[in-house]
Amino acid sequence: MASVGKILRRTFLIGSAAIVGGVAFGAYYVSRPAANPLKPGDGQAALNPFVLIDQNGVTLFAPRAEMGQGVQTTWAALIAEELDVDLDQITVLHGPAAAAYYNSALIGEGLPNKGYDISDFQHNLGEALGVLGKTLSLQVTGGSTSMKDGFERMRQAGASARETLKQAAANRLGVDRSELKTASGHVIAPNGDQIPYTELATEVAKLEPIGAPLRDPSEWRYLGQTQPRLDMVEKATGTAEFGVDVRLPGMKFAAVRMNPKLGGAMSGYDDSAAKSMPGVEKVVDLGTGVAVIANNTWLANQAVEAIDVDWADAPYPPDTEGIFAKIAEAFDEAPNSTMRDDGDVSVTPDGATEITAEYQVPYLAHATMEPMNATALFTGDALEVWCGNQAPTLIKFRVANTANLDTEAVQIHTTYLGGGFGRRGELDFGEIATKVAMAMPGTPVQTTWSREEDMRHDYFRPGAIARMRGAVQDGKAVLIDGKVAAQSCTQQAVTRYTGMPGAGPDKVLVEGFFNQPYAVPNYRMSGHIAKLDVPVGFWRSVGNSHNGFFHETFMDEMAHAAGQDPLEFRLELMKAEHAPSAGCLEAVKEMSGWTGQAPDGVGRGVAFTYSFGTPVAQVIEVVDEDGTIRISKAWIACDMGLALDPENVKAQMFGGMMYGLSAACYGEITFAEGEVEQYNFPDYDALRMHTAPQVEVRVLETNRHMGGAGEPGTPPSMPALGNALFDLTGERARKLPLNQQFNLLI
Amino acid sequence: MATALKINGKQHQIDLPDDVPLLWVLRDEVGLTGTKFGCGVAACGACTVHIDGEAVRSCQVALSDVWGDVTTIEGIGSPDAMAAIQQAWVDHQVAQCGYCQSGQIMQAAALLAENPAPSDADIDDAMQGNLCRCGTYPRIRAAIHDAASKLKEA
Repeated sequence: MASVGKILRRTFLIGSAAIVGGVAFGAYYVSRPAANPLKPGDGQAALNPFVLIDQNGVTLFAPRAEMGQGVQTTWAALIAEELDVDLDQITVLHGPAAAAYYNSALIGEGLPNKGYDISDFQHNLGEALGVLGKTLSLQVTGGSTSMKDGFERMRQAGASARETLKQAAANRLGVDRSELKTASGHVIAPNGDQIPYTELATEVAKLEPIGAPLRDPSEWRYLGQTQPRLDMVEKATGTAEFGVDVRLPGMKFAAVRMNPKLGGAMSGYDDSAAKSMPGVEKVVDLGTGVAVIANNTWLANQAVEAIDVDWADAPYPPDTEGIFAKIAEAFDEAPNSTMRDDGDVSVTPDGATEITAEYQVPYLAHATMEPMNATALFTGDALEVWCGNQAPTLIKFRVANTANLDTEAVQIHTTYLGGGFGRRGELDFGEIATKVAMAMPGTPVQTTWSREEDMRHDYFRPGAIARMRGAVQDGKAVLIDGKVAAQSCTQQAVTRYTGMPGAGPDKVLVEGFFNQPYAVPNYRMSGHIAKLDVPVGFWRSVGNSHNGFFHETFMDEMAHAAGQDPLEFRLELMKAEHAPSAGCLEAVKEMSGWTGQAPDGVGRGVAFTYSFGTPVAQVIEVVDEDGTIRISKAWIACDMGLALDPENVKAQMFGGMMYGLSAACYGEITFAEGEVEQYNFPDYDALRMHTAPQVEVRVLETNRHMGGAGEPGTPPSMPALGNALFDLTGERARKLPLNQQFNLLI
Repeated sequence: MATALKINGKQHQIDLPDDVPLLWVLRDEVGLTGTKFGCGVAACGACTVHIDGEAVRSCQVALSDVWGDVTTIEGIGSPDAMAAIQQAWVDHQVAQCGYCQSGQIMQAAALLAENPAPSDADIDDAMQGNLCRCGTYPRIRAAIHDAASKLKEA
């Protein structure tokens, strides 16, 4: 289906023409509802793709992956709010990979507006564009979109299920539906008799679903309140099943080695030593790598390490210096996009002070705690794959293609994800496990990557360079002219997913760069795409993860050039532009007791990023302890409009911040002889108990549209830390990671 | 020759080479998957179990070197009968992705067994070998303090 590739490219790399085409295409398809993917058995009723009611209770098929962000619990709350069941009565399962689980919100994010200034018209257009997700079968967990996506649909699912259950009870009792009430999983008759929903399953299955208006927020019992997470007991007792925990009868265990010169071929190998090692059953030639199937993962790994492989070279410069030289070359080409071009940046206003700066950030690995893995069972005419993943429909297409089967012959089972951060939206781990299992038809094989394999075969956050020029006058910013250069992860991903080259302006490359809510009269922000074949992908907050650092470090430099307090300097530019953003800055100012003056031995920095519809401000405090610098405290304020589960939002906010701070302090993927130089956590460390700050989070709810939670905590953390280190030491952090410049506690 | 191991109070005969790490005995042979593989080099703590009550990285202990009774996350409590430390994890809603938490809990349980009222500095010292990429540290700290006070009352 050639049009899929075309539409996918358009929707990832949105331009105005693509919107027009997209709406028309989407409107055509939206008139045909997606097929209901649940096939109810006898005595079961699948009221819609999300809720299954049978004799055992109410089951929610969550179409989003639980990777730690609490999505299952909040989606269950959305259903329960309308269905009148107690939250602990719902069982939540990952839905089968099915077209009905399209991610309607992800596509809306592609609109070429700044986000914070979205008009109701554009908001509605975004909603309408959401139908494109369905035509693409884009069942994806990413882009901090889950709540925006589920907010309407899941409540409608609950309301429809409730009214249809009432109708079934009304038919049985011979009364009108309007005479019935519902509570705690029961329909309540006019005389007070209670009929459990589970008893109505057979009858309700015969009815057409009934639509119903949604309840007013003033009636909500769950939404807006913190709920105990449904996965918490399993995760505290070791009983939660992650991909790597799948155990099947007769299962074998495999280890894999792919070319460390990423994208290079395999010229040959000698497996004579490996074949005779303990536990080994088979060596598998994967074309661009090798695998060993054994009766134990560790034995498989020992054997795969013993294979002598001749690897061909990678298609990119062999070392970090050469790679960054290619990135810098991108500035010499015309920009791929200039999504903000206000006023005139060509001349510095008379009497203004001009400043310039160049920043650089490294490639980064995702380093999920659970290394990549998948389990596959290939029987010749069918394939089952078990794995934690962020994109089951895409995985399904890919592994079907790998096994040369129709997608109907493939079943994907999604487990809990031991971290995702964007890594498990890729398809490689499923494809490799499928190839391995195909070498042993009829036997389930679990392929687990070593940490070293995982670290060195990532789709990395691209390294990036920014060149900034600005001007200040009378204590204010009057000009910002910024250029960012990096590889395009969207273009590369489109090529990877569809086999067709990505093209067009890449919004993701410049998100967090062009769309920040500062009223600066002369303001131009451009993105330059570096032509390189290092594998790159979507890392928590994606383009914002580098652009937040670039933009907000430069704002700090401008504030100092203007002789202003860096928090007040931002606030002044923001107040008239976007009140919820200014509200976040004011909140961290109050929470931290910001005075602009930190005592000797203490440094404080502030930063702000608007991303995924949510403004986030952070203040970070660092202390000098006998020459070693420790991150002591952090204050976060965010405004996502409506926070469906406030404590869970707080967890996402400080978790996102910790992820960013880990990268800012220690994170760096470098290359030598075409290979990644980092192997394991000792080379790629993260914040730990003793290096993590105390944190306080405030969740505001003034924003007009619902924003995301999983990613917006990450971007401002890095510049807030760099700005705090400047406050402490007088040295400006223009390059990450910071442990190369400062004596940070490790 | 099979090696005898006592795991969570139950005897097992393990038929694997002597050098297979305890982690992979537990996960792939005994089927106790609550103990997680994270790094294989004792740098993340996800594989932490107790041997005779001491917290150890099971990825670094060869089968033939296991010197005592092994307790895993499954051995300290179950969903229907959680240990106090597990209950504190639930009460404080600690887990995000949850993958590292078995190891965090086993490390914290060993800390509390040795030091019933740990200070923040004690927690820093005991827990810094356990990595969490979701950044749940503030809630881990709160849960340990809470479990300590609950155990004191009990």
